[in-house]
Amino acid sequence: MEFSEHIKTANVEDVVLRRPFYQPTKGTLCVTGHHLIFSNRGGDSARPFLLLLRNIDAIEKRPSVSSGTITLKCKDLCVLQLDIPGMEECLNIASSIESLSSLETVSEMYPFFYRPPFLSLQDQWGLSSTEQHYAQMKEIHDGWRVSQVNRDYSVSPSYPPAVIVPHSIDDETLVKAARFRQGGRFPVLCYYHRETGTVIMRSSQPLSGANRKRCREDELLLQAVIDGSELGYIIDTRSSQQAQQARMTGGGFESKSCYRGWKRLHRQLEKGKVLQESLIKLVEACGDQSHSVDRWLSKLENSKWLSHVQTALSTAGLVAECVERDGHSVLVHGSEGTDTSLLVSSLAQLILDPDSRTLAGFLGLLEREWVQAGHPFQQRCAHSAYSHVRLRHEAPVFVLLLDCVWQLARQFPLAMGFSEPLLLRLAKEVYASDYGTFLCNSDQERCVTGVKERTHCLFQSLLRANERQHYSNPLYERTELAIWPSIQPPSLQLWKGLFLQWTDDALHLVEAQKVIQNLVSQCHRPLNEKVENTDG
Amino acid sequence: MALHVYFCVSPCIVFVHHVRSEQVRMLDRFSNKSTSGTLHLTATHLIFVESNAAVTTAAQEIWILHHHIASVEKLSLTTNGCPLVIQCRNFRVVHFVVQKERDCHDIYSSLLRLLRPVSYEELYAFSYNPKQNDQQREEGWQLIDLGAEFERMGVPCDQWQLTDVNRDYKICDTYPRDLYVPITASKPIIVGSSKFRSKGRFPVLTYFYQEKKAAVCRCSQPLSGFSARCLEDESMLQAISKANHNSRFVYVMDTRPKLNAMANRAAGKGYENEDNYSNIRFQFVGIENIHVMRSSLQKLLEVVGSRSLSASDYLLGLESSGWLRHVKAVVDAAICLTKAVTVEGASVLVHCSDGWDRTAQVCSLGALLMDPYYRTIKGFMVLIEKDWISFGHKFADRCDQLDGDPKEVSPVFTQFLDCVWQLTEQFPQAFEFSEWLLLQIHEHVHSCQYGNLLANNQRQREELQLKDRTHSLWAFLLSEQQNYVNPAYCPGHAETHPVLEPSTLPCHFKFWRNMYLQFDRSMHPRQSILKNVLTLKENNRQLEDTVKELEARLKEHGISPPTLVPQAPYRGHRCFPTRPHSLILVAPLSQKEAQQRQEEEEEEEEEEVGEEATECCIDTERTVEGSSGTERKESYGDLQETYGAKAEPAVVSLEFGVARMTC
Repeated sequence: MEFSEHIKTANVEDVVLRRPFYQPTKGTLCVTGHHLIFSNRGGDSARPFLLLLRNIDAIEKRPSVSSGTITLKCKDLCVLQLDIPGMEECLNIASSIESLSSLETVSEMYPFFYRPPFLSLQDQWGLSSTEQHYAQMKEIHDGWRVSQVNRDYSVSPSYPPAVIVPHSIDDETLVKAARFRQGGRFPVLCYYHRETGTVIMRSSQPLSGANRKRCREDELLLQAVIDGSELGYIIDTRSSQQAQQARMTGGGFESKSCYRGWKRLHRQLEKGKVLQESLIKLVEACGDQSHSVDRWLSKLENSKWLSHVQTALSTAGLVAECVERDGHSVLVHGSEGTDTSLLVSSLAQLILDPDSRTLAGFLGLLEREWVQAGHPFQQRCAHSAYSHVRLRHEAPVFVLLLDCVWQLARQFPLAMGFSEPLLLRLAKEVYASDYGTFLCNSDQERCVTGVKERTHCLFQSLLRANERQHYSNPLYERTELAIWPSIQPPSLQLWKGLFLQWTDDALHLVEAQKVIQNLVSQCHRPLNEKVENTDG
Repeated sequence: MALHVYFCVSPCIVFVHHVRSEQVRMLDRFSNKSTSGTLHLTATHLIFVESNAAVTTAAQEIWILHHHIASVEKLSLTTNGCPLVIQCRNFRVVHFVVQKERDCHDIYSSLLRLLRPVSYEELYAFSYNPKQNDQQREEGWQLIDLGAEFERMGVPCDQWQLTDVNRDYKICDTYPRDLYVPITASKPIIVGSSKFRSKGRFPVLTYFYQEKKAAVCRCSQPLSGFSARCLEDESMLQAISKANHNSRFVYVMDTRPKLNAMANRAAGKGYENEDNYSNIRFQFVGIENIHVMRSSLQKLLEVVGSRSLSASDYLLGLESSGWLRHVKAVVDAAICLTKAVTVEGASVLVHCSDGWDRTAQVCSLGALLMDPYYRTIKGFMVLIEKDWISFGHKFADRCDQLDGDPKEVSPVFTQFLDCVWQLTEQFPQAFEFSEWLLLQIHEHVHSCQYGNLLANNQRQREELQLKDRTHSLWAFLLSEQQNYVNPAYCPGHAETHPVLEPSTLPCHFKFWRNMYLQFDRSMHPRQSILKNVLTLKENNRQLEDTVKELEARLKEHGISPPTLVPQAPYRGHRCFPTRPHSLILVAPLSQKEAQQRQEEEEEEEEEEVGEEATECCIDTERTVEGSSGTERKESYGDLQETYGAKAEPAVVSLEFGVARMTC
């Protein structure tokens, strides 16, 4: 279907645009297949304002006789208003936006049309493959190998073609173990801890079902993980009650008797609808213009968002603690293994691994643990907090991750190589992007739809020299140590940079950040060099 | 090192009593961690010295000034010993377990005796001697000059004059000697008005907004009862109104809730009747009284002090304590005052009941919003000196400096500092000082170490001859002001935003963790941007000096200095600015830094960055600061029971822990 079919009125003159931080301006509004373009009448100084239609979460129209007002609520939480002369134009524009912003066909989305001059489609899509990642970690080559068992996505449709597994387990065993795990997501390596030689694995739930089925191969696989050591931990991101209930629907958990040496710990992390509703309530609370502190605090509490942050960080802390302090390997899973498991495993890696705290390392972590590992971005991020559409699979798990990372960075402002603007950029891109990175639900889908050939990779774009500078933390000082976050509630804060980014207050913070940045860059280099030169 | 000040106590007092108890354990209030050591009790401090410190680390020491101790509680005997819980006014809570009950009782009873000074002469300020001669001390007291401050505002001028009616404190003994009133307010009017005002606190000028010639005046409530009126008082307000040609009327801001003000009428006090006063606009702004504030903060501390708090309980507790609501009420009132003065150009008269609590809060906060000068380090001191010290905020009573009526104690000044902090958070570039200054001032309001904040009013201070017998806090703070600089401060901000317009949305009012949990290190960010940037700046300054020196030397040899060629970043040679002497402020200076600095001082040798890693391997634990194994067990999981008894790791000291990375 052509985009033009959706566009009944392409151009409207004398539209007034109201958006945060700017005076209302009059200009021409233009609807294209993927964008709203608003250009100022004078058109001399200001660049036209460009809004990706995909970014629009909800649209409210108030037509009147001679004109109409459209309120656009965006997925990046920005709220815009367009005053359009002419009722018909207003309705046409609104309906174009409605239909174009909710297109579902992946290959029609903007990343397939976006061709920035600084990137080439011939470049490698993504930062690194499983094989490359494996090749870099020489220390695991003895005990672990790359398995191509999923090369045609037949073993697990949501896994990447290559995964890292214990050396002693052959592909045949993996295939059998995969049948015993939901979605075929058998336990795979996600982090190897050099000092203790222990690992973090992740998987989906075992399909033991009501009659407590067993799978010899799955047991063997886990046995091979803790080979020699007497103990391993399974961190189940469901409550034990939920895990019990899962048996009724064919899921389940690893029973003590079948998995010798593995100890199960339950930590209930919310996901899905609960999480989405939490986000909706939080955003609603942040938009509340009433001036009562009590009302604000009770709304903030009622959203439970900070509780989710607390639980996620504390579970990740627990995983890191098992690995680092107690020297035992850990398997993390919930039910599908595509949401909370990823959240916990990636946070634990940030706590433990200094390499994942650099800018490139963090993006690499996101690529491995989220993009390749099959977090269903398209389903989870179809809508954000403003949408009135009935919820299906939406859940802001990735936003929760970013918030937790922000909390970590707040507590260890020198330990992270990247800065808050990067997290904000990611929070925006995950919902609506020029790049193909967050399209689709799995690696397989990305291959089928040609995302890897016909779109550009966000991570690569972020690592270009000039972008890199913008997203680096000026105060970064690498530390090899684990960074243990405090999870006491007074240590956790509302992420103003994201949830209140469109208030005036955010401007002051951004300015202050710039000042610090300048200060540091002034202080850092030239003088040191001068001293050296003169000294020499 | 940072504590050396405290050693300078004159020796004749130190030996008066010195109780000592060994084998004392100090418990962390948020985890199961404990430290064992020895407890010393001197005339001025309670000192805990850690005993089993690792060889590489200096023993941790905690010094608690007796004046900081708000309460001591002896709990019932346990198998481990006798627990002693000490709550401090700077929000430190320590929990000791003393092995011998007799020792515990000795300490307990000595402390009880010590922490209730009955006369001012017993306070630390009178024995504290920072090795200054009399001349230095005198100069210290002259640093802040209120006469000069009123001149800076443009007073006296054609409408406002200095009056000498209170030269001998005859009209009002809680006001300062020098007062500024409208030119048309004659002495009989002043005297008459003062008789109609509670405690004689008649309307006087506290801030003059030169741009619009609008005045902020303050006073106490009128003794109007249900119907009384006073012509002199009415003319006084008339005079204030006439002194401002911009506005036909003067706002009267009663900072109390209407109900409270009405209740006061029954006691012969009350508020201005708009019918009697021509040209006034009367308004209540509803800040609660000192008793409400006291219990609100009490509730807040209970909430944040509870162990294993969930996020929900925390937020609900925050709400039910009402503290942030009260803080917002004060800020709202200041904004209201600021708008009236700067936008409408109207003069405002602010009062509450006695005009020394809420009035001081609102006037000073309003001035802070209106005048960029007060947002500088020196200016902020002037502001406190003017609106709090000289106008008679009862520091002695409110901060419980002497054994007195517990109902008089209230965190009014703390709340003011909290409001200022909220503003610094909203405008990170507008303030020259960082929160460290606020914390340090708060520390010393209770420490009674300096004379400025002692006693209830200027008259008392003169009687005590504080300027001759004690030292000035301002001089001390100014001497190390580089520590209190906000690195994000832009002096240019004052020109673009002379008047601050804070947002009053409730999400901008936050719990001030660094104040109320300042001694609970495990709660704090483990690395500080503030400290790091200050270090960088200091580093930079020293490098600049080195450059100059080297260039000068090259010149001596007749070589022109080379031009700057960009090179790979050079690392090493770290220097650290001197830290403030407060406990919270000293903490970010880690043990390792101290060692580094010492090394640098000794041999001025450049330190390789790589060394850090090897050096810290000697330390006991591979964690980042303060989060020891036991503590984490507490925070993240129930591992303990699942894998049985495992040897407890050596405990990382919390006090020094914050910035230390052990490896």
